[in-house]
Amino acid sequence: MEQFFQQLLNGLFQGAIYALIALGYTMVYGVLRFINFAHGDVFMLGAFSAYGIHKWLGPALAWMPWPLALFVILLIAMVACAAFGIIIELLAYRPLRARPRLNVLITAIGVSLFIEYTGQLVFGATQRPFPTLIPRTALANTGGLTISIAQVVVLGITVALLVGLRFIVMKTRMGLAMRALSLNPTASTLMGVNNSVVISFTFGLGSALAAAGGILYASLYPSIEPFMGVQPGLKAFVAAVLGGIGNIPGAALGGLILGVTETLVKGYSQDVGIPSGYSEAVAFVILILILVFKPSGLLGKVEREKV
Amino acid sequence: MKRYSAQIVLIVTVMIGLGISMLSDSLDAYYLDIALNVGINIILAVSLNLVNGHTGQFSLGHAAFMSLGAYGASVFTLEASSKLVPLLGGPGTFATGVAFLIALLIGGICAAICGWLVGMPSLRLRGDYLAIVTLGFNEIVRVILQNTSGDGPLGGPLGLRGIPPHTTFFWVFLFAAVCVYAVTSMVNSTYGRGFLAVRDDELAAGSMGINTVRYKVTAFVTGAFFAGLAGGLYAHLRTTISPEGFNFLKSFDIVVIVILGGMGSTAGVVVAAILLTVLNEFLRDAEQYRMIVFSLLLIVMMIVRPQGLIPSFPFMNSKKKSA
Repeated sequence: MEQFFQQLLNGLFQGAIYALIALGYTMVYGVLRFINFAHGDVFMLGAFSAYGIHKWLGPALAWMPWPLALFVILLIAMVACAAFGIIIELLAYRPLRARPRLNVLITAIGVSLFIEYTGQLVFGATQRPFPTLIPRTALANTGGLTISIAQVVVLGITVALLVGLRFIVMKTRMGLAMRALSLNPTASTLMGVNNSVVISFTFGLGSALAAAGGILYASLYPSIEPFMGVQPGLKAFVAAVLGGIGNIPGAALGGLILGVTETLVKGYSQDVGIPSGYSEAVAFVILILILVFKPSGLLGKVEREKV
Repeated sequence: MKRYSAQIVLIVTVMIGLGISMLSDSLDAYYLDIALNVGINIILAVSLNLVNGHTGQFSLGHAAFMSLGAYGASVFTLEASSKLVPLLGGPGTFATGVAFLIALLIGGICAAICGWLVGMPSLRLRGDYLAIVTLGFNEIVRVILQNTSGDGPLGGPLGLRGIPPHTTFFWVFLFAAVCVYAVTSMVNSTYGRGFLAVRDDELAAGSMGINTVRYKVTAFVTGAFFAGLAGGLYAHLRTTISPEGFNFLKSFDIVVIVILGGMGSTAGVVVAAILLTVLNEFLRDAEQYRMIVFSLLLIVMMIVRPQGLIPSFPFMNSKKKSA
């Protein structure tokens, strides 16, 4: 039973990171109706920029207490990745806005591969150790459960970012514009919303969340490489679809469900005679099931297609 | 005469393939290898084009079908052909040829069955979801193959080794010609207009009485079958296969060929398959730049010339809509 709760907790932390990445997919899908394949790579860039900042500001960060240092690194990396996300949108996706959605999807795949392989060229293909931004000491060891400080901090930051995002989307003018755009782009233009600015902002916001996800992920699994974003990116996409793509609380819920399911499968599949390596495929099985039985996702609304 | 022109072209191509195959011993092994890769890529790209281009269903899982075909054919060759060849009249060109043909067909049928199983539920989905489902399917196949036991018939993460090198110029270009012929005549038939109708406007096609799901599944299963054949040919050319070789990057490679050639244009895709395979060889010394070049090519093509190098002229649709 203790082992079960431990697995559940580990799944929760894993799911929190999936949720952060899934939010970016869901927001971009909400405003532009396309899957930003390059999102997982922004996640990777987030981890690498944290690595770079840590190296660059090393002496200055060394005397700071670790929460402050973490905050500084998170902030700089998130701003850098937000800028990067906006540039991607500007260069690759904006010229295609009036084109069929399929073309944008293909471009997104191209952008994703371009970032991965350029990353491989620049950073090298080998894995690098990620600096310890959050102490990985065990916080509590009660009743056989082990929780490290890193895990608690990751969960805390995730919740804070989710609350912040909810505030931006529901309470600010920009959030209002985002929701308007996602309901009907033409009508929102007529109401005086500058669609291009809103789309850029959405990309920036999503990329900043992905960067935070990348840093937190690397803090839990401290080794980074240019392809580290591929699997979490795909799984976060599954989380977004599971929750109902375009739906922000849905993405968070989907991320948590996916993280917990995956960890439980990893922990228990051997008991029923399935190698634990199959847990890699869990996300995709969930994806196929959800798309077959409830394509709108758990919290998504059914969209009627009009002629 | 014109009526049978496609068949004549098919027969002539097969004859030329057979002729070159006779000479293949005297050809340079390096160039022959490139030619065989070109042929396999033509099969892969033309069959993917039936799904992605003609029917407008964006699939990112072609490498999965290729791997199913490769594994199906290799397992048959490794396990059963030693028993089958004596039955066909002992070891000889004819007997091994027939055994190889059976192995390839088994590979193709394995892939087609899986294509049907995946296609039936997922082809009810809209375009971009399908892309992700097929990508997910690709990953599922890879993960399953990787987690098989190392001593079993599928060889686990290391894959299969010691597959006899049966693939010759003749076989590759026979199937390339058959694939091009099958796809072209399917699309240009009365029945095949349905594929284009589904691509151009699924809702309109449905309301005209076209069973859109059946058309999509037909395209998907046919594409999977040819991908399986190509996989079998690939396995018997390389003589070793591993699950990692059929990851989604392999699928992207095929997608790049289709996009570059022009979605829905068989001629364009054949030309692109030749161009990209040769380009691939040129970039072999600069391996780290290869994928950067390919991905930039994809982005630039989509922005500058989304219809591909050689668009399909009869059905140039200027309508800015696809699903």
